Amino acid sequence: MANKSGSVKTGWKRVLSAIPLHVILILICVAWIIPSLGLLVSSFRPKSMIATNGWWEAFKTPFAFTLENYAYVLTRGNMGRSFLNSLLIAVPSTLMPIFIAACAAYAFAWMRFPLRKALYLLVIALIVVPLQMTMIPVLRLFNKIGLTGNFIGIWLAHTAYGLPFAIYLLRNFISQLPRSLIESAQIDGASHPTIFLKLVLPTSIPAISSLAIFQFMWVWNDLLIALIYLGGTPDVAPMTVTISGMVNSYGGGWEYLTAAAFISMVLPLVVFFALQKYFVKGVLAGSVKE
Amino acid sequence: MHTNYILVAVVALAVIPIFLWAYLMITERIVARTSRKTAGVLRPWFWILPAVSLLIIFLVYPVVNTIVLSFMDARSEHFVGLKNYLYIFSDSGMLVVLKNNLLWLVFFTAICLVLGLLIAVLSDRVKYEAVAKACIFLPMAISFVAAGVIWRFMYEFRPSGTPQIGTLNAILTAIFPKFEPKAWLFNRSTNNMALIVVGIWMWTGFAMVILSAGLKGISEDVLEAARIDGANEVTIFFKIILPLMLPTITVVATTLIINVLKVFDIVYVMTNGNLGTEVIANRMYKEMFNYRNYGRASAIATLLLLAIIPVMVMNLKRFNAEENNG
Repeated sequence: MANKSGSVKTGWKRVLSAIPLHVILILICVAWIIPSLGLLVSSFRPKSMIATNGWWEAFKTPFAFTLENYAYVLTRGNMGRSFLNSLLIAVPSTLMPIFIAACAAYAFAWMRFPLRKALYLLVIALIVVPLQMTMIPVLRLFNKIGLTGNFIGIWLAHTAYGLPFAIYLLRNFISQLPRSLIESAQIDGASHPTIFLKLVLPTSIPAISSLAIFQFMWVWNDLLIALIYLGGTPDVAPMTVTISGMVNSYGGGWEYLTAAAFISMVLPLVVFFALQKYFVKGVLAGSVKE
Repeated sequence: MHTNYILVAVVALAVIPIFLWAYLMITERIVARTSRKTAGVLRPWFWILPAVSLLIIFLVYPVVNTIVLSFMDARSEHFVGLKNYLYIFSDSGMLVVLKNNLLWLVFFTAICLVLGLLIAVLSDRVKYEAVAKACIFLPMAISFVAAGVIWRFMYEFRPSGTPQIGTLNAILTAIFPKFEPKAWLFNRSTNNMALIVVGIWMWTGFAMVILSAGLKGISEDVLEAARIDGANEVTIFFKIILPLMLPTITVVATTLIINVLKVFDIVYVMTNGNLGTEVIANRMYKEMFNYRNYGRASAIATLLLLAIIPVMVMNLKRFNAEENNG
C-alpha cells in the first residue's frame, strides 16, 4: 500500500513539476505569434480604427472589418505589379542556379580533371563571402553594359550568388549516388547528358526540392540586391523594395503598410505550411550558407 | 515604359531551360567528335564552365577589385594608401557603427542560442512539439522587410494618457499602471535593443531547428543511465546534454555570427540607421549611394570580409577533414 501511494505521489509530483515547463513554453509561443497576429488583424481594419485603438479591440462587438486596404494597395499602391515582379525575379533566379549548379556538381562528383579540388575549395570559400564585397564592381559592370534596372541583370546576380551553396549541397548529394548505378549506365552506352538528365537529376529530387525552396525564399525576401541592381525603378521593383519605399513615404499609414506586408508574406507562408519538412531540411543543410 | 510581362515570363520559363539543355547537348556533340582521350580532358570543363564563369564575373573578380578600390579615393582615381581604413577606425560616426555591430554580435548571437536551446529542450518533452516549433520557426519564412513593418507596429508609440495602438506599450501600461509609454525606436537608449529583438524574433527558429536536430541525436540510453544513477534533469542538461551538443552549438553560433555581421534590411526599414542605430552594411550602402565614396564603401566591405575569413578557413578545414575520412 505504502508503495502504491508513493507512486501516486510521484505521479502527482510529475504533473506539478511539469507545469512551469508548459507555462514557459506556451508563453514563448504566444509572444512569438502576437506580432504577426497583430499585423494580420490590423490589415483588415478600417483606417480610422487602426489609428485610434489597438488591434485587439477588433474582437469587441460590433465587428468592423474591411478589404479596402487590400484593394487600395493592390490597385493604387503598386503592390499588384510588385507581386508579379517578385515572382518574375524569384522563379528564374531559383531555376537557373539549380540547373547550372547541378551540372557543375555532377562534374565535381563524377569526373576527374586537373584543378578539381582547388576549384571546389574555391567554391566552398565563396559560400561565406559577404555580397557587399561584390556590389561596387558588379554595379559598375551592369552600368557599362546596360543591365541595371532590368530583370536579366538581377537574374544573373542571384544565380551567381546562389551558386556556391547550391554546388556544395548538390555535390554532397550527387557524390553519394551508388557508383554501380552510374557505371552500368555508361556500360549501356549512355552519354553524360543522358545520365545526368535521366538518372542523376531525377534521383536528386529530394536535395533539389530543399534547395529550390531555400533559394526561392532567399530571393523572394531579398531587399539589398534588388535595391542596388534594380535601382528603385517602380516598373521592376519587387515587393520588398515597394514596401520599404512605402515605409519611408507613408510613415504611419498603417492601414496600407499592414496590408502590403501581409501580401508579401502570403506566398512564403503557403510554402512554409505546405512544404515545412523540405524547408526545415533546407535550413538544416544550409547551416553554412553565408 | 511598362514591362512586357508575357515576354519576360516566356524568356524565364522556356528560353532559359531550352538554352541550358541545348548547351549540354551541343558541347557533348563537340566533345564526342574528338579522340577519347581529348574528350575525357575537355568534357569536365564544359560542364563546369557556366558555373565557373558566373562565379568569376560576380564573385572572384569583384572581391579582388573591391580590395583594390579600398586603397583608392572616392572616385577610384588615385591611390590613397590606408586613408580609408584610418577613417573607419577614427571617425566618430564610424565608431558608433562598429559599436552597434558589436552590440548586435553579442546580444543577437547569445540570445538566439540560449532561447533556441531552451525551446529545443522544452519542446522535446511535450506532446505539442510540432506546433510549438512551427510558431517559433514561422518568422524565418517572411522577409526582414515584412518583419520590419510588423515590429514598427509593435513598437508604435502614443503619448501617455491616450490609448496605445502599439502592442508593447499597451501591454506594459496594462501591467504596470505607472509605466510611461516609450518611443522605442526613437529613444537612443532603447532603439538598438529594439532592432536586435526583431533579429532575435526572426532567427531563434533557425537556432532551435538545428539544435533540436542535434538534441534528438543524443542517445536516450545515456540519459536514462544518468537518471537511474540519480542525476536530476538540471545536472543532466549541464553535465551531459550541453557537452555532447557543443559541436552543433558551434555550427549554429558561426552561422548566426556570419549573418549578424551583414545585417542590413531590419535597420534599413525600421530606422534607416538614424539616431545612432547604423550598422556596417547600412553605412556601406550610404557611402555607396548617398555619398558616392567608393573608396570608403570598399574599405567597409573589406572589413566585413576580414571578419568572416576565420569562418571561411574553418569551413575549408572541416571540408578537408571530411574528404580525408570519407
